[in-house]
Order: sequence, then C-alpha cells, then structure tokens
Amino acid sequence: MADEEAPLLIAEGVSKWYGRQLGCRDVSFELYEGEVIAVVGESGSGKSTLLQLLCAELTPSAGKVLYRMRNGVTRDLVLLGDAERRFLARTDWGLVHQDAALGLRMAVSAGANVGDRLMAVGWRHYGRIRSTAAGWLDRVEIDRARIDDSPQTYSGGMRQRLQIARNLVSQPRLVLMDEPTGGLDVSVQARLLDLIRGLVADLKLSVVIVTHDLAVARLLSHRIMVMKDGQAIESGLTDQVLDDPREPYTQLLVSSILPP
Amino acid sequence: MTVALELREVAKTFIMHLQHGVQLPCVAGVSFAVHAGQCTVLAGPSGTGKSTILKMVFGSYRCDRGQIVVQHGGQRTDVARASPRQILGLRRDTIGYVSQFLRAVPRVPALDVVAEPLVAKGVAREEARELAGHLLGRLNIAPRLWALPPATFSGGEQQRVNIARSFLPDLPILLLDEPTASLDAANAADVIDLLAERKRRGTTIVAIEHDPDVRDRIADTVIDVTRFAAAA
Repeated sequence: MADEEAPLLIAEGVSKWYGRQLGCRDVSFELYEGEVIAVVGESGSGKSTLLQLLCAELTPSAGKVLYRMRNGVTRDLVLLGDAERRFLARTDWGLVHQDAALGLRMAVSAGANVGDRLMAVGWRHYGRIRSTAAGWLDRVEIDRARIDDSPQTYSGGMRQRLQIARNLVSQPRLVLMDEPTGGLDVSVQARLLDLIRGLVADLKLSVVIVTHDLAVARLLSHRIMVMKDGQAIESGLTDQVLDDPREPYTQLLVSSILPP
Repeated sequence: MTVALELREVAKTFIMHLQHGVQLPCVAGVSFAVHAGQCTVLAGPSGTGKSTILKMVFGSYRCDRGQIVVQHGGQRTDVARASPRQILGLRRDTIGYVSQFLRAVPRVPALDVVAEPLVAKGVAREEARELAGHLLGRLNIAPRLWALPPATFSGGEQQRVNIARSFLPDLPILLLDEPTASLDAANAADVIDLLAERKRRGTTIVAIEHDPDVRDRIADTVIDVTRFAAAA
C-alpha cells in the first residue's frame, strides 16, 4: 500500500439508467491495491448494478471506470477492445456471484472449473493444471478426492469455496464479490468469511464486496460505501461509518442489527 | 520536548436522526498537547466524552470541528481531515488503540489475533507469532490458550489479548480506554509495568483510567474532561 502508487480502480461519477429506470447515479470512489471496500445497502439500492459497471459487464450511461493495467497504464474500460476486456475478465479480475451456479460451470468437474483460467492464460500441460487445481482445492478446504466430481454434487458452502478457487487461481488483482455469503448457514458463512479474510490478506487482493450484512462488512472491509436509491449517500472507514454513522439511512441500517 | 499529539478546539455533537434529529452535544473546545514519551490521563465521570475523544484521535469517530495533529513518519497529519487511507496508514505505523472490549473475529486463534497487526506491517507470519506468544506469556495468558479463539476467554483474558494486540507493533502513540478495568491486581500490575517500559522507550500515551492508584502510577498529566463539556 505504498502511498505514491496510483489507485487500481477508479469510478468517476458513474451512472447507469435502464431506460427511465435508475440503476445508480454519480458514484465515485478509488480503490487501492490491498484495499477492501464494502458496498452496503438494501436490495434495489444499485449495489449489483455498480458491480457490473466496475467489471465492464455493463456500460455506464455517464461517467467512467478506470483500471490500472499490469503495465502501470490506467485505462478507461469503455475504450478497451473486446479482446482486452475479455482477457482482463479471465485473468486480472475475479467475480464471485452470490449464486455459485452462475460463476461455475456446473456440467464439468471441479478440477476443470479451477483449471479453466489457467488454460485461458496459455497453460497446456494437463498434469500441471491438475496439480495446481488440487493445490487450490486444499487452499479452499475442499477434499482433493472430490476433484473429479461435478459441483452439482457439492453443498452450497463447497460450491462457494470452489467458485473462489476458480477465480483466484489466475492470481487476479481485483476481485468483485456479490453477497458471497448470502443464503448460507451461519456456520458455513463463518468458515467462508474466515477463508476470504485469509486469502485477501495473503494475496493482497483489492476487493469490492457487495453485501447487505453489516457484520460481513465489519469483518472484511477497510472502507464502507452506503448506497440508497442508486446513490452513494455515505462513505468512510468501516469503523467510522458503523460506529459513528452520519446519515439518517445509515443510522437506521446500523440500529437495525439484531444482537445475537 | 516534541509534541507527539495535539488537539485544538475539537468539538463533537451526535445527531440522532431516528430520534427526530435530536442533537447531543458531547464535547467542545477540546485542546491539549501530549509530549513524546509522556502519559496523559483523561479523567471525569462517565458520559463526559472521554472515550469519544480517544475515538476521534483514532479516527473511529468523526471530528466536527478543530484539529487533531499527529506526528506521523516525520510529518504532521490532521486526523480530523485525513482520508480513510491516511488513517489506515496512521493505524498501521503510528497510533494503537486498546478498546474497552476485544472485538474478536470468530475462529481466529488468540495468537493470530495478536500477531495480525505485525503481519500487516510486513513481518513474516512465523516471526510475528513468536513475538505474539512472548508478549502473551508476559501478560500471563497460558500457552494452552494461544490456539483458541478468544471469544470464549474470560473478560480479563480477553482484555490482555486486546492489550497484547495493540502493544505488539510498538507504535509511537497508544490510546488506552480503561486498560486495567477488568484485570485483577497482579495482572493490572503487569500491564502497568509494560506501560512504564514503553514510556521509557518514548511511547506517547493517552489513557482513560478510573482507578486513582493506577492513575497516579502512570500519569504525567491528568486532564479533567468535564471542562470540555459542550453546552446543550
């Protein structure tokens, strides 16, 4: 986190309209290497739209998203060629969906799911791909013996861990996560959060994590951005936003947490 | 002597939007300076804003007015105006904070809870763990507990884990919110020894401490926070 380094990702006044329907409006932030930002807010607040804009799955109606490439040059995502964008999406970026079935290929084996991205960067040696995939299964606490099984046979928590392995195997610099622990049992959630926390720290990943769960944001993020009706209404250090919320809506969110 | 930390005309009011926007003025006109290697104790009854002042210095609470100037890596940084990224840098390299209660992460062993800030500074994990074990030992946390998450520890044990975590990186400024409140006499004495040792090495300390004996033993200056009471 050297101070003189440029941000990895910059959103500048990003807006998205679906016809007359607002997705998100005028969102700006910078994300540096090794930083985790949590985007919190209720469903329909524009969180997922923002995530899709950040990885060029959607094109902004206004504003831009800038990304610093591995060669140090910061580029506007809209101005990248399709091939460049696809390459980034398969190597430099990870996208972890809430529904693991969206992020995995359910018809092929777990090992093939992890191996995909290695092949995308030109790996051809079957033995090496398989052993790297097995190493990643260890890392996300999936029994190697399950490497040839399809994710169809996996539990929800295992699928989510497999999705993480599939994304991280190519050593991405930016990982976007959409409610990665949503819909999982609490104990499974805790284990997954632990895993994510460890990987983020060890691999110095930059992460944008969308969640409606403030406890998840507290555990994983350095900074929080609160979204409501498509706009970022409050942002700051995670403990600042959660311990000293300023906006009425943020105060409502924070005060609505049920103590265990 | 160098000033390590200075507050100038700091003020804080809480606005409770869910209670019809009622305003709770907390403190105003908070001004004091702490010299390097000195310990300032904030005194005064509960509810006068002592913890709020500490949290503003650490950046957990926003500061409405005034300046909080910290010597940081040869530079002066105003915490009240610092970006989140600057505050994260301050916390990594300059300011440590011992809260009243440990906020434990589920499933993380005590040893790693303590070692984590060192790892974040770039120390190798094994070395950080070894140093963490050494400090936990000094604070009488038995080695058999090191591999367990502190959530199940007693209040006093949790507080010592908390102290170890904040003391391990050897930061130049330490903020302590009732560090010995949940400790028995012997353990409190160990913490006081540790504090005295840090002061001799030049660490600057701001502490909240209700126990008059402890206060007398650690404080160079005592500030009565009631003088910063904000007019309601």
